[in-house]
Amino acid sequence: MTAQQGVPSPLPVDEAPPRPKREIVIEAFIRVAGVSTIIIIILIFAFLLKEGLPAFFKVSITGLLARRWYPIEDMFGLLPLLVGSLLVTVGAVVIAVPLGLTTAVFLGELAPPWLREILKPVIEVLAGIPSIVLGFLGWVVLAPAIQNMGAPTGLTAFTGSLILAYMALPTIISITEDALYAVPKEYRDGSLALGATHWQTIYKVVLPAARSGIVIAIMLGIGRAIGETMAVMLVTGNAANIPSLSDGLYFQPVRTLTATIAAEMGEVASGSLHYNVLFAIGIVLFVITFLINSLATWIIGGNGGRRRGGQI
Amino acid sequence: MDKKIEVNKFDFYYGDFQALIDLNFPIIKNQITALIGPSGCGKSTFLRAINRMNDTISIARADGEILLDGKNVYDQDVDVSELRQRVGMVFQRPNPFPQSVFDNVAYGPRVLGTATKHELPDVVEKSLRGAALWDEVKDKLKSSALDLNPGQQQRMCIARAIAVQPEVILMDEPCSALDPIATLHVEDLMRELSKDYTIVIVTHSMQQAARASDWTGFFWLGKLVEFGGTHELFTNPKQELTEAYITGRQG
Ligand SMILES: Nc1ncnc2c1ncn2[C@@H]1O[C@H](COP(=O)(O)OP(=O)(O)OP(=O)(O)O)[C@@H](O)[C@H]1O
Ligand SMILES: [Mg+2]
Repeated sequence: MTAQQGVPSPLPVDEAPPRPKREIVIEAFIRVAGVSTIIIIILIFAFLLKEGLPAFFKVSITGLLARRWYPIEDMFGLLPLLVGSLLVTVGAVVIAVPLGLTTAVFLGELAPPWLREILKPVIEVLAGIPSIVLGFLGWVVLAPAIQNMGAPTGLTAFTGSLILAYMALPTIISITEDALYAVPKEYRDGSLALGATHWQTIYKVVLPAARSGIVIAIMLGIGRAIGETMAVMLVTGNAANIPSLSDGLYFQPVRTLTATIAAEMGEVASGSLHYNVLFAIGIVLFVITFLINSLATWIIGGNGGRRRGGQI
Repeated sequence: MDKKIEVNKFDFYYGDFQALIDLNFPIIKNQITALIGPSGCGKSTFLRAINRMNDTISIARADGEILLDGKNVYDQDVDVSELRQRVGMVFQRPNPFPQSVFDNVAYGPRVLGTATKHELPDVVEKSLRGAALWDEVKDKLKSSALDLNPGQQQRMCIARAIAVQPEVILMDEPCSALDPIATLHVEDLMRELSKDYTIVIVTHSMQQAARASDWTGFFWLGKLVEFGGTHELFTNPKQELTEAYITGRQG
């Protein structure tokens, strides 16, 4: 790309002073970096489609939506894996979001300054714990505890949800607190001056004003958790079955989409049907992530908390 | 002439710093009282002392009395929320919530529970009419208040304040972020509002104080140097300091 340096400047020479060489080099570098990132993303996606799409024709959509995942006999029903991912993720959201939001509100609005000074860095350190360590803790501590509560095994969807929630919490808390902090003082004053209580002010003005920041916090937190594979693999029992309601939905082993890829990719022959199906799972994951991101953008983009305040 | 508010030996401190020193003066019912004085002399501090907005500052402390209808607002048994409903406030910069115009004006009645869901549209309309804004926004009640121009935003904030039916309205430099035409709008509105409400306004503009108020208090370094009828104070000030300030030789 050094050829670019030879391209004449579009501005008339007598008006613009010659640009310093350094600037031209830096700009060229930034352009190369930006373009190559986009190209790499496109290549990854193209590769995913090339390896995954054949599965949709060879196995057929109905085959992929079947209830049984048993690759050895060429049964590639993704339903149990989808249900497994759904259970674990929804469980994690249900646990992490209320807990994270209330903790952030406590930290940002109610806790005395000295306590906040202590807790905030502690929470940020928690975010740095390698996820596999959490998975290990889940295996050693959480799973036996859940088994003691009466489940047939401790390696269940619920255990996975707990671990994922724990992984998402520091991100949700920390970014939500930043979003609350960014809400202008004028909003609070305006509300208090009308006779609203501290709590009403938080609930009716501060939280709505911080909405887009809070959505981002949840997305990043859950995003970190959804992409996480190994820790979840350790604690969910990895059985590709569809848990039945009657046997206690959440207290049975499941297997997630990501765990399936991680567990089986090492053993398949390149180019085999099984191999294609694993890539097809990748496409499914991609579509799910895309839908969730679109949903978040849509929530953030709605009227209300725009232009001033709360956004980060 | 009834006294709506009476200030008696009032002192105010931020930590060790005394921001208000021994204030004594009345605020007359259904009239406009202007507070003038150089930057940092304590005008905002005094205004925020009346509706106890200073309570949110941990190092702040008040001494003496501010009587609202004869009752000290710093008494133990005063409900701060009710006090702030009776004593509304309009801020220096328009501060609409990032919500619709309707939700902004309905905010107070909603949280205080002073209007039912069915009454809300009426309350909102009446408040917006009271703030001389209804005709301009009646077709965009559902759009964001942030889309209004600054002058409209400030009048909407006034509408928001009167929607909870206060008795006193405090205005802290309400026109400083507005252009001259929007300023005149708000001044006309104040005149109109003073029929029903007692108004206290802080301003940096001598002309505004002279034009728009009935009573004027001149603050200097935390003290009230002079207080009197606006016309009297501007044409025949008793203190040399006052004269120096209003003629622009001091401050
Ligand atoms: N939160 C606070 N903590 C400590 N000191 C404060 C605080 N707020 C105001 N002060 C001090 O109190 C004094 C009075 O401030 P105040 O804001 O009441 O002045 P003002 O007359 O409203 O000034 P301006 O015309 O600039 O608005 C100033 O010396 C200011 O530095
Ligand atoms: Mg001020």
